[in-house]
Amino acid sequence: MKKIEAIIKPFKLEEVKDALSEIGIEGMTVTEVKGFGRQKGHTEIYRGSEYTVDFLPKIKLELVVADTQTDACVAAIIKSAKTGKIGDGKVFVSSVEQAVRIRTEEKGESAV
Amino acid sequence: MKRILLTLTLIATAAFASMSARADDATNAPAAAAPAPAAATVEQRVTDLEQYFQNMGVGGSGDSKWASKIAGVPGPGHNAWLLTSTALVLFMTLPGLALFYGGLVRKKNVLSVLAQCFLITGLVTILWVFVGYGMIFGGSGAADKEDLIKGIAGSPKIGWMMQSVTSAPNTNYSYWVSENVFAMFQLMFAIITPALIVGSIAERMKFKAIVVFITMWMFVVYFTQGHMVWGINGIMNGVWNANASIKAIDFAGGTVVHMTSGYTGLILCLILGKRIGFPKGNFAPHSLVLTYIGTGMLWVGWYGFNSGSAVAADVVAANAFTTTTIATAVASFVWPLCDWLIKGKPTVLGFCSGAVAGLVAITPACGFVTPQGSIIIGIAVGVICWFMVNKVKSMIGYDDALDTFGVHAVGGTLGAIMTGMFARNVANANLATNLKDKVTDHIFQPLLWEQLKAVGVTLALVIPATVILAYITKMLVGLRPSEEIEIAGLDIAEHGEEGYTA
Repeated sequence: MKKIEAIIKPFKLEEVKDALSEIGIEGMTVTEVKGFGRQKGHTEIYRGSEYTVDFLPKIKLELVVADTQTDACVAAIIKSAKTGKIGDGKVFVSSVEQAVRIRTEEKGESAV
Repeated sequence: MKRILLTLTLIATAAFASMSARADDATNAPAAAAPAPAAATVEQRVTDLEQYFQNMGVGGSGDSKWASKIAGVPGPGHNAWLLTSTALVLFMTLPGLALFYGGLVRKKNVLSVLAQCFLITGLVTILWVFVGYGMIFGGSGAADKEDLIKGIAGSPKIGWMMQSVTSAPNTNYSYWVSENVFAMFQLMFAIITPALIVGSIAERMKFKAIVVFITMWMFVVYFTQGHMVWGINGIMNGVWNANASIKAIDFAGGTVVHMTSGYTGLILCLILGKRIGFPKGNFAPHSLVLTYIGTGMLWVGWYGFNSGSAVAADVVAANAFTTTTIATAVASFVWPLCDWLIKGKPTVLGFCSGAVAGLVAITPACGFVTPQGSIIIGIAVGVICWFMVNKVKSMIGYDDALDTFGVHAVGGTLGAIMTGMFARNVANANLATNLKDKVTDHIFQPLLWEQLKAVGVTLALVIPATVILAYITKMLVGLRPSEEIEIAGLDIAEHGEEGYTA
């Protein structure tokens, strides 16, 4: 099992979700987050006072999938979230040791 | 708490004692010596009605006087407009100014601004009813000895508790508007003026200090300045007082409202010092949406403020309404244009600031200038206030939190001066009464000099008074909250509430 974490631009969430649904992904967790990478922040000016906003709003997507689905998932996210401009985000993949479905207590890949 | 209760009881006792004393005076007064004028003929009664249409007095004058059937009766049309205007001016403070300022502060201080505006509304109303109205508008004007200082400071003894104020008009100020309506209308001006100061000291002045400072400031600055400019024997009441030593004009309060509050704001923010973290930290407005809503309410309410200051629904009110609209619209266009040209983007705060600056500058001028003049005033204030707020403030580095000085003091001063340049006889026939030689319909007419003198007198009163009162307040209760409270925000520490809990 692999955990995929993707940081994406907020307006791309719908497209990414649809792309993942199309390849059979049945669940995910979404969080509104703030952060910065190479895009950095931006400057706001109020009546002559300038403020640098370092942290920009982003969406963090988390999903745990079977090993065989991993590559397809990452490809789908990249394809749907890409604008080609700075600030598109990143995808992280890591191994997951165990998963349990609380209702049925199924374990492993059948739980995700 | 006990001390406060005791003081209140004493004040109330004194008030009622003096009221009954006054009533006795009235019953013992000797009957008038002059013979009563004859009853009005039908023709004279028609004349009275025509006078009503033109906002003039009834009962004839000189040798041809008659007993008018409508003397002492308020005129319904004029009264209706002033009742409406009074509500509009209250609407400027609650909620207009409160939201305008509330949106500009940080989230943790939004309630403190709302609380301060509401505090001032109640506090000033109490002061007004007891002594404030009398100190500005009390007295006949003929008996100057009633004043503490003739033409400058009215006496707190005149009009104590507004006991002589009834629904009948006070012809010193209006032929047709009930005096109690007039008193409430003027009260709303007395409320918004100290509320404007809140903008300079926002986010860093103790609530207690505001109570103490504003109470003293109303007596020393507002009631005095109001009497000088609008009192029937005021030394700067150029339109109505033939003996005024400075023949200046101020239609709706450029000096009385905006200059007093604006310069007080500057002095207070210098004495208070900068907010912790200024200017490095993030002091961005927490909700420009609130500010936008507040601005819209201010503009709407300002029609009562400016057009209502004609104290009648007459030709002067109509002109004031027109010039107010034009100057405001023009300034609200020019300010964001400066943003756009110089900083690259037209900002929402720029639209709001421009509109308020335009309203401020046209305030002293609206009833005296033509629509053409109001366009020039709108352009000038848009550009000049933009530079004050966007460039000069950061160059000098004072922390005028919400720009009360940059908008109200600068706009008010500019408005007072430009009133001197653009007041025209065609806009207001009353200018010919006492100001024939001052208003010659040229830009550099003699009135300009009188306006500059009025600006000087206003500054000479406001600046030293504010310095002294601020230090008295500091001695009595202290000015700033502790560092810990200021960083946590005034809402929780001073009011025990939060603006947004979700």
